[in-house]
Amino acid sequence: MLDNLNLLALAPLLNIQLLLDGIFIGAIFALAGYGLALVWGVMNVKNLCQGEYVIMGGYFAWYAGTIGIHPILAMPVAVVVMFGFGWVIYRVIISRVVDKDMFTSLLATFGLAIVIQQGLNLAFGPEVQIAQSGLETRSFFDGAVTVSEIRFVSFVICCVLASLIVLFMKNSRMGQAIRATAQDARAARVMGIDTDRVYAFTYALNCAICAAAGVLISMIWVIQPFYGLTHSIRSFVIVTAAGFGNLPGVILAAFGIGVAEQFGGFILGAELQQATVVGILLLVLIWRQALMSRRRQALA
Amino acid sequence: MVISNRFVLAAVAAVAAIAAPSIAFAAPCGTITLGSAISFTGKYSTNGIHAKNGYDIAVKRVNEMGGVKIGGKCYNLAVKYYDDESTPARTAQLLERLIKQDGIKYMLGPYSSATTKAAAPVIEKYKIPMVEAEGASRSLFNKGYKYLFCVISTSEQYLASSIALAAEIAKKMGKKPGDVKVAMAFENDPFSLDVRAGVIDDIKKHGLKIVIDDKLPRDLSDMSATLTKVRALKPDLLLISGHSKGAATAGRQIAEMKIDTPMIALTHCEAAKIVKKYGGAVNGFLCPTQWAETLSYKGKYFGTAAEYDKLFKATYDGYKNVPYQAAQASAAVLVWKEGFEAAGSLDTEKVRDALAATKMQTFYGNIKFSKAGNNIAKPMVLRQIQDGKFNVVAPAKWASHKVVYPRMAK
Amino acid sequence: MTTDTTTASLAVREAASGTARRRITRNDVMMYAAILVFGIVAPIIFPNYTYQIAVLWLMVLFAQTWDLVGGQMGYNSLGNIFFFGAGMYICTVTQIGLFTDVGAYTSSSDGGQFEFSTEQYYIGVAVGLVLAAIGASVLAVMLGWIVFGLRGPYFAIGTLGIALGAGELVGAWEWVGGGGGIPIPVYPGSGDGKAFFYYALCFGTAVATFAFLKWLYSTRFGLAINAIRDDEEKAEAMGIHTLRHKTVAWAISAFFLGIAGGLFGNMTGFIEPLEVAFPVITFGIFMVAMALLGGKGTMWGPVLGAVLFHIIKETTWTYFLGWQWVALGVIIILNIMFFQQGIVGWMQEKWPDLFGIEVDRSLVADTADDRARGRGV
Repeated sequence: MLDNLNLLALAPLLNIQLLLDGIFIGAIFALAGYGLALVWGVMNVKNLCQGEYVIMGGYFAWYAGTIGIHPILAMPVAVVVMFGFGWVIYRVIISRVVDKDMFTSLLATFGLAIVIQQGLNLAFGPEVQIAQSGLETRSFFDGAVTVSEIRFVSFVICCVLASLIVLFMKNSRMGQAIRATAQDARAARVMGIDTDRVYAFTYALNCAICAAAGVLISMIWVIQPFYGLTHSIRSFVIVTAAGFGNLPGVILAAFGIGVAEQFGGFILGAELQQATVVGILLLVLIWRQALMSRRRQALA
Repeated sequence: MVISNRFVLAAVAAVAAIAAPSIAFAAPCGTITLGSAISFTGKYSTNGIHAKNGYDIAVKRVNEMGGVKIGGKCYNLAVKYYDDESTPARTAQLLERLIKQDGIKYMLGPYSSATTKAAAPVIEKYKIPMVEAEGASRSLFNKGYKYLFCVISTSEQYLASSIALAAEIAKKMGKKPGDVKVAMAFENDPFSLDVRAGVIDDIKKHGLKIVIDDKLPRDLSDMSATLTKVRALKPDLLLISGHSKGAATAGRQIAEMKIDTPMIALTHCEAAKIVKKYGGAVNGFLCPTQWAETLSYKGKYFGTAAEYDKLFKATYDGYKNVPYQAAQASAAVLVWKEGFEAAGSLDTEKVRDALAATKMQTFYGNIKFSKAGNNIAKPMVLRQIQDGKFNVVAPAKWASHKVVYPRMAK
Repeated sequence: MTTDTTTASLAVREAASGTARRRITRNDVMMYAAILVFGIVAPIIFPNYTYQIAVLWLMVLFAQTWDLVGGQMGYNSLGNIFFFGAGMYICTVTQIGLFTDVGAYTSSSDGGQFEFSTEQYYIGVAVGLVLAAIGASVLAVMLGWIVFGLRGPYFAIGTLGIALGAGELVGAWEWVGGGGGIPIPVYPGSGDGKAFFYYALCFGTAVATFAFLKWLYSTRFGLAINAIRDDEEKAEAMGIHTLRHKTVAWAISAFFLGIAGGLFGNMTGFIEPLEVAFPVITFGIFMVAMALLGGKGTMWGPVLGAVLFHIIKETTWTYFLGWQWVALGVIIILNIMFFQQGIVGWMQEKWPDLFGIEVDRSLVADTADDRARGRGV
């Protein structure tokens, strides 16, 4: 571990590499994280199958690759199909748990996660799959830092998607309705907003965002039916740290976790890369709790 | 209540009439049922199913050739399977079930070292012999198990020849062994850790120097942090082991990060289909294999390795290459067959002794068990990906091509 | 804690949890006797099923200990499996460490060759199980200070994180074999002897757990944790030291889970962190599913749920081949969507008299009215 720290100090370019890798991948985490912040904030659903939606999105890209279409072109299809899928899931399952107590949605979506994982496993087998972007890698500083173009492209796509979502939330009727419902569902209903429709739309939108993230992930990392859980955990870390309805916070938290993972993997060893995520989750929870208890004391 | 005698007689006669033809014309062979708890679901299921196909094709072959003959009586083989869901937590339960409830007295192994480690103590307790083909861990064979037999080469041999090769090349280039830097990235699971233990012994033996010793997480999808280290420290040899997902992730990120290590060896290349996935980017990778269809092995059941390869592809759809996981599973069934016949009995103790004395030639290679139960008559071979083909480059006795050093990505 | 609880249903719930406090009737005695007799006779009548019935008792224990925290106290943990794994590792390391060097035994190059004598084996198991129970409880107390400030979903996710993180950390800890796992010392005797030995221990532990929890729920402590479930703020206002109660309840749960872990490790014969010791998405979820199926917050619900779940699982699991997990997911979803109160909960609502619940009819009428008026508000 000390050796690794030493190495970082001796070769500062390595820090740049890790930082870049972390930010590029963090941008994708931000998408899934924002989706979770949306459903959590608007409809109070803790969606534990967030990661499974990401993986499902990835399989679209993989499939496109196998039939000779560039995987990135799968994104519109994935987004539309997953939007419809999310709508159906909302109607069939989520609408029945949305107003129940907090644990209910967590467990129901956990059940859903198991079904999706196994469904993917039955459909595509447990092999690790990838989608090939076919793009090149660029070297900087004499090859000491490499940036693959696909990472950069996906970063740009993430930015575009995020801006679109922001514009949508600000300007469209549905976006405004979603924000109104998030503030006060009952008041929104009184004002004539069909909150059930808003919920369905929000949930479907989340699925679509996750699918977009999945398409990008499959071109950078690898996907497998059982890889969803870590993506879900990352989303939870991001939302717990950033809170809901706070897009800058989500983006910052996502970059943070992306970078922390890279440095964690480098310094502590790759076997602790995932433990780093979980560790950050616990730290964030404890930190929040400390804030809360201070507030409670202040109130008392 | 009284049932008349005549009624009973009539009933007996009727039953006899139905039963008689089946007695008269039934196949003269009995059945020997082997048992196996193997992975149909979960993360090992691809290889679990390869193994099952291997078992099935050999059972079919043995039965076609007249079954097992013991003392003038013949028996067909059959296999009873359970799904262990790729977790050793299920293995012990399912073996108990096979042994106690289904009365199975002869076992075939599960897939993976972890599940085999859970299986071995159970069969040992019940004194039920098991021939396994998918648990390579060296630590299975230092526990004094008497009922465990393994047809494959143990885990420390997987990457051993790549280290010997690196030392040899260094010598040729006039480098001291101590200057040869080795980077290792091994998955944190029983199989890969055993491979690692073997590798470390070999590295010490040849006096090479370890510069990176990373362990990869079980749910591996990113190893760029490790590869960043590799780029900084410029090792001469990079060793990776992490089942199929390790090979797939490594193949992708080594190409993406332009890692130019001159020699890269990794396990499970074939299972991960890295050539199909990455094409020229993985050119020059070294891949250890238990068996290859190009080797000149020959046996009486399947003929040569190439013939087995052909038969397997004809029997099962969707195989471009026959994975060695299937071939060695078939070999395990053949060992059972010969074991039964050599014992001339169905008594588990006698069969065990006969198995221990096995000495046979098969399409999979020679099989002869050490006292500990592992196969010592078959080498592990190292293949290099050369222009999309897997060519055997080491050990020298089996090599068909020369190793290309340094490797060149295309 | 739950937001939709009306005062009326609170009254019913309190009456419901009063089941444990009523007098023991003759029916009860018969039932206990029947279960005890089954437990003792089962391995003799069905010697081939000993192992599976032993696992059944562990499942019952899982569901009960989960229900103590999740059902009776309203803290839905997804990470109770942590104590199972902790107990398993503590027990195993004790069994080995008492007599030989753990690091050498677990090293993957040539570990696990040490021969344990019969005496050493039994001493190891005995000491190991005791330490597993105590160690798991101590861990529960330590973690309790951290996680019990978390409420609702944060508690569930936090505990899930602990269980996942523990698997990763143990996997990185070379002294206990890391991801390579540990082969457990071999039982000195025949296979049947081993099955019977562990059967007896599993059955005994499950019965002890049941008896202890039954007694616990009849005490003031039981009332206090019920009060925490129903309204933590009020409970605190009434002078209940909630953190202390929550921590103690979790430690009790951990105590029995620790023993269960030690037993299961020995029965499995080989342990490793992710699949056997901290199997978050198998046993970790099973225990929640079983308690919910039977009816959480009841005495018999978890028992019934575990028995049903285990029987269904063992009889049908092998015939689904691949679909069994889909089936499990669907069961959880349907359970949550339509049948949240579980079997026993449903029975209590349907035939309250059978459970000796004295229901104030006027309150029940109110509750029904409330339900009819506005569920979805």
